[in-house]
Amino acid sequence: MKWILGFIIAVLLPLLPLLAGDFYVNLASQILIAAIFALSLNLLVGFGGMTSLGHASYLGVAAYISALLTGRYGFEHGAAAALSILGTVAMAGFFGVIALRATGLGFLMITLALSQVLWGLAYRMASVTNGDNGIAGLSRPSPFGLSLESPAAFYWFALIVTAFAFLMMAIFVSSSFGSSLKGVRDQPRRMAALGFNPWMIRWITFVYAGFWGAVAGLLYVYYNKYIHPTSLSTTSSAEALLGVIAGGSGTLGGPVVGAALVLLLKNYASAFIERWNMLLGLVFLFIVLVMPSGIVPGLRTLAHRLRGRPS
Amino acid sequence: MSLGTPALEITGLNKTFGGLRVTQDVTLSVGSGERRLIIGPNGAGKTTLFNQISGDLRPNSGRIKLFGHDVTRLAPYARAHLGLSRTYQIITLFAADALEHNVTLGLLGLLPSRWQMWRPLSSYRHLAEEARRTLDTVGLLHLADHPVSDIAYGEKRRVELAMALAQKPRVLLLDEPLAGLSNSERATVKSLIASIPKQTTVVMIEHDMDTALDLAETVTLLNYGRIIVDGERDKVIADERTREVYLGA
Repeated sequence: MKWILGFIIAVLLPLLPLLAGDFYVNLASQILIAAIFALSLNLLVGFGGMTSLGHASYLGVAAYISALLTGRYGFEHGAAAALSILGTVAMAGFFGVIALRATGLGFLMITLALSQVLWGLAYRMASVTNGDNGIAGLSRPSPFGLSLESPAAFYWFALIVTAFAFLMMAIFVSSSFGSSLKGVRDQPRRMAALGFNPWMIRWITFVYAGFWGAVAGLLYVYYNKYIHPTSLSTTSSAEALLGVIAGGSGTLGGPVVGAALVLLLKNYASAFIERWNMLLGLVFLFIVLVMPSGIVPGLRTLAHRLRGRPS
Repeated sequence: MSLGTPALEITGLNKTFGGLRVTQDVTLSVGSGERRLIIGPNGAGKTTLFNQISGDLRPNSGRIKLFGHDVTRLAPYARAHLGLSRTYQIITLFAADALEHNVTLGLLGLLPSRWQMWRPLSSYRHLAEEARRTLDTVGLLHLADHPVSDIAYGEKRRVELAMALAQKPRVLLLDEPLAGLSNSERATVKSLIASIPKQTTVVMIEHDMDTALDLAETVTLLNYGRIIVDGERDKVIADERTREVYLGA
């Protein structure tokens, strides 16, 4: 099972632009971006037990900084990318200090409030952000002189970044720090008594998740060549959270599957049904009822059962 | 009994929950290597006292010192690094994880590598081996790969103990280590506690007097958050006030 999956990922994904048309390649690029974003949110939600409803802040702010620097101030893409990631990570550090005064629902509300502030700023500070019109006419970078204008080139670029992000986050959660993080999620008091500093562990994870959120934001703005306040909206945060929970929080594959599901529904279903959100809701309801821990853990249990082994 | 600096020194400790005074002017000193038993009826404030020593609760006033080091305002993790370890009355383990992983976390908590973000925890073979050795001393090596949720209650109690012992603490707080155990399990855990090396100071809350008294050198009797009697075991047992609290004379 694992080998088959590995084979598909290693062989089929890079070949996709040769097998499918531009529409599907672009859709796949969007899924990859959403996957990095969901994976980074999953560090908080799944591995850290910190349910955030404001993760779009990092995607949106990184995208806006890059858009402003390249579109308005004539920065090179490389410098703009470095600055936007740096700025976003610094913001995550600051937001983390505020949000981690609370846990659970309190934490969720603070992350929501902070992201609403940014969304409001993006809308209202029109002199900087161009408000509801968004910032258009942006360009894609050309790493090593290779143009990313074609759907295939961008897809390959996104695939490399996503593979790297996935690997880095996989290493992170299986490291001793990752074990500390899971411990703090499950038994914070015990972990403190054992010598771990729960607050610091949560804060570092918060900043790290912000970093990968920023990476997703850069890809997002490169892909769209446009940025609008909706990228900072609660809907944007909630869709990612939905993907994480539907796919299986606290697993590595789950957020990728969940992000793909949300995007496919959004792109396909919206062509047939106007109220695609309702369909998304129904699908989500189905998942919660049938596989309460998410698609990936659910399928794993199913596979175990089919092979007659206890899960 | 003790020479030099006491392992644990508490002076004038007070803690209130709303109007309820759960710790009232508690002053007590535990010498290095001492075995101290804390007894008292339900609600006497024994666990609350432990929570203040471990740093889970902040006292309203008073001082707590570990080996002469004022820890009153230190976070729980900082106290752990000074050599303080504890077990919980209500089992607080990582239920989904294997026993070995539980004890490994105990070891990791005191090591700088707990911050390390590159190497998988599973590649630290010496930690796993050490965890297994500790599990062996509490007689649970055969269950090392099982998740905590699979094992019996009495075995979980021993994992609690193993996690604390793995840290080789200088001061060990045991909160009712015998609670809910069968007679034979009780005997096992009793001999485990008796075999804790003398470098470790042990402070224990326990209701099962028959078993616990054998382990103690000194006894502190708490009632309504106040120390009633404090001193050598036999003197405290013989004391009239102990009888009063326990038998209601």
